[in-house]
Amino acid sequence: MSELTSVPKAISGPSSFLDDRLGAGNFLKRNLRKIFPDHWTYLLGEVALYSFIILLLTGTFLTLWFKPGMEHVIYDGSYAPLKGVGMSQAYASSLEISFDVRGGLLMRQMHHWAALLFVASMMVHMLRVFFMGAYRKPRELTWLIGVILLTLALAEGLTGYSLPDDLLSGAGLRITEGVAISLPLVGTYITFFLFGGEYPGMDVISRFYSLHILLIPGILLALIGAHVVLTWVQKHTQMPGRGANNHNVVGAPFYPAFMLKAGAMFLFTFALVAGLGTFAQINPIWIFGPYNPADISAGSQPDFYMGFLEGSLRLMPAWEINLFGTAHAGTLPLSVIIPALLPMGIIMTGLALYPFLERWVTGDHRALHVSDRPRNNPHRTSIGMSAIVFYGVLWLLGANDELSANFQISLNVTTYVGRVLVLVGPVLAYIITYRICLGLQRSDAAVIGHGVESGVIKRLPHGEFIEVHTAPIDTVEDSLRAKEPVPMLPVEEDSAGIPPKGMRGPLGKLRAAMSKSYGGEKIPLDDGHGHGHDDDEHAAVGSGDDKSITRH
Amino acid sequence: MTRTTAWRRHPLARYAVLVLALALIGVAYATLVQGSRPADAALASGKLDDVAQGKSLFQAHCSSCHGLSAEGTSTGPTLVGVGAAAVDFQVSSGRMPAANPGAQAPRKPTPRWVNEETTRQLAAYVQSLGGGPTIPSKDQVDPAMGNAAKGGELFRANCIQCHNWGGAGGALTRGKYAPSLNESSPQQIYEAMVTGPQAMPVFNDTTITPQEKRDMIAYITEVRSQRDPGGFGLGRIGPVTEGLVAWVVGISFMALVAIWITAKKRKKS
Ligand code: HEC
Ligand code: HEC
Ligand code: HEM
Repeated sequence: MSELTSVPKAISGPSSFLDDRLGAGNFLKRNLRKIFPDHWTYLLGEVALYSFIILLLTGTFLTLWFKPGMEHVIYDGSYAPLKGVGMSQAYASSLEISFDVRGGLLMRQMHHWAALLFVASMMVHMLRVFFMGAYRKPRELTWLIGVILLTLALAEGLTGYSLPDDLLSGAGLRITEGVAISLPLVGTYITFFLFGGEYPGMDVISRFYSLHILLIPGILLALIGAHVVLTWVQKHTQMPGRGANNHNVVGAPFYPAFMLKAGAMFLFTFALVAGLGTFAQINPIWIFGPYNPADISAGSQPDFYMGFLEGSLRLMPAWEINLFGTAHAGTLPLSVIIPALLPMGIIMTGLALYPFLERWVTGDHRALHVSDRPRNNPHRTSIGMSAIVFYGVLWLLGANDELSANFQISLNVTTYVGRVLVLVGPVLAYIITYRICLGLQRSDAAVIGHGVESGVIKRLPHGEFIEVHTAPIDTVEDSLRAKEPVPMLPVEEDSAGIPPKGMRGPLGKLRAAMSKSYGGEKIPLDDGHGHGHDDDEHAAVGSGDDKSITRH
Repeated sequence: MTRTTAWRRHPLARYAVLVLALALIGVAYATLVQGSRPADAALASGKLDDVAQGKSLFQAHCSSCHGLSAEGTSTGPTLVGVGAAAVDFQVSSGRMPAANPGAQAPRKPTPRWVNEETTRQLAAYVQSLGGGPTIPSKDQVDPAMGNAAKGGELFRANCIQCHNWGGAGGALTRGKYAPSLNESSPQQIYEAMVTGPQAMPVFNDTTITPQEKRDMIAYITEVRSQRDPGGFGLGRIGPVTEGLVAWVVGISFMALVAIWITAKKRKKS
């Protein structure tokens, strides 16, 4: 591995200045030369980080004018169709920001677009980490923090969305209240605590305001800090191939290469948010009108990240249980509790537990720094895809009224189809993805075994035509050969037919069975030619372009 | 002198013509009006012609479904008592004559024979059958005379659960839908309220006064013609299109940027 030999001037200058005073030279030297992998998917998490920064900046601007009050006021601003209408102070001040504060509408729109981008980029980032298995030891904590960040972002979005107190956000608030009050036993207390009395009360906006601008962003900031520091200290995982192994990082140093890329990424994120904020109208609260508990509009939807909850509410049949057969003894509204808690529970708990479940099944306790190609762990990839389909169907059905109105499909049909799809879709996705993964593995094996098609047709002496296959280029071969079987527990029974220790009880048997099908090599690379390549040798070749340093 | 001129000059001819005319009117009166009063109105306002014209138009274009004298058939309801406003609404918006059976007759371009005059005649005919809501006057539907802010409150309280806050429309059950209000003329908006087409409830003058109806018309027409202050309106249907844009434009853009940035290889140092 090449060690650092010379330090660029731009670093040595300031760093010796600091070194002389703080003794920090070593710190800087080490960190500025930190190596970052340079595959594009590694930049998706950064989009989330930069959107968060934009949220902090634009949000702070909004706080200068926003008044989180429920006091009744008569609107007298410059939006004519609402002149003289009674509304809450919060709504009036949001209108003021939109129409009477210079740049206010742009800031509101940028804030909202950044919020959507924040959550969306977190989701894509998380999928990348999942499918590449980058959550495995030693990165479980980083992953867990990520799951908490996603959950908090949903809460942050929900509270922010409610702040302007327009008709649409009021509808969201009403559903929140409905969910809270449907909880058995504690529901009433929670609702009264949240709303300070009967719905909607006078307190909810100011309470949400403290949550939205103080508590949740504070926690988010701290956790994002922890998340980034952990990534920094543990380094990124890296794609297999090109000299990557579990002891090194291949890529470009933080300074100057990665810092430039990161800087460019921030500027592009900012440009996107500013562009959308300028040209695409979002959350036009003046059209929605002020919130009034008696009014409700067709097409009321939450922001996209809450769509899957909306969809599960819409899909759920109207079931409820009346205790002791009468509504007086208490009602358990399954039609609200199940959709509100179950999908969210399945998805978030599933995400949080996955690294630990996987390790329980594979028994893999190694620290891993090279990520998987999704096809090489077909069960994980299939589980991920079926989760996506489950989430996707719920999300889509959250907009079933728009689907129905715009594509002339009966609303009832969308609901019936959705009910079937939400159960069948994930299973189908599992099966199909699994097949595709194996197919891709097979074609990898064919590349190793027979080489790639060269396009050269040769005629053999006896007249047969064949296409000449040549060996794949090094980088491709490297990444194909980096494939390892998915680890598996020692599940084989001994000669007496007794399973190994820990695999005997019902749980142990389940574990053994899961391990057997999850782990192992499904399609071995059919090694036709050239053993003898081994990973260490490859670490030195193929990385001429990149610096690799030893992991400490 | 021909025979006819001789007849005409006959001293009794005057009386005969008078009697004939009276008889005709009588017959027309009797056939046209089971419920008398509307025909009086038609007579009084000199629209008897319209009624007669309307009747023949009706029999040509509408009777296949609504019956020869609008009594209704298995394919169309009776129109006795629906009023001129209903006909004007249905015909001017192209809903009637209905084309193919479906959950709901959609707004569509009007056939060539439909114009202001024929519509008025059809309306007069149907009005003459059993009364019902009449076509509003120009003043009643003049947006300039309404108070948009007041209308907005009424609109939100009465209409948006079906038509959406911005009048974008929305889905109802079993393939029915509330249409977008973007193409409705002020007169059609008024008529929709007083007649309650299909799944829409009737908002008669005791629930919502004519003045309030005009306020709502003012609101609907003002908001729909407003330029979106925030850029492209994205259909004004809120979070669904916004989310779509965030993913299709936002995330794809950032992915392309990331690919572009990482594709730039460092020069060998
Ligand atoms: C293909 C059959 C068909 C034809 C032709 C047709 N209608 Fe209709 N019409 C219907 C049906 C069905 C309804 C009731 C449901 C609906 O509106 O879709 C209806 C409803 C109406 C209504 C509303 C009744 C109410 O309760 O408000 C009016 C008014 C009307 N038609 C007028 C006409 C006129 C005028 C014509 C001729 C220009 C005409 N229709 C031609 C089938 C038809
Ligand atoms: C229960 C749902 C519902 C409510 C509430 C309702 N509408 Fe409608 N509206 C409908 C339906 C359904 C139609 C389509 C009728 C048809 O196609 O014949 C319609 C049609 C209309 C049209 C005709 C649209 C066109 O194509 O020109 C107008 C205008 C209209 N409504 C205005 C209103 C106003 C104003 C209110 C409030 C006072 C209101 N509606 C309340 C369901 C509703
Ligand atoms: C970190 C994630 C954040 C998310 C996901 C988020 C999301 C949102 C959303 C969706 C809205 C509604 C916007 C609209 O009216 O269109 C909103 C409003 C608001 N946010 Fe945030 N926000 C975040 C952070 C912040 C921060 C850090 C602050 C302040 C320091 C802030 C201050 C505000 C204010 C004052 C409003 C109401 C103003 C208005 O809507 O006119 N937000 N937020």
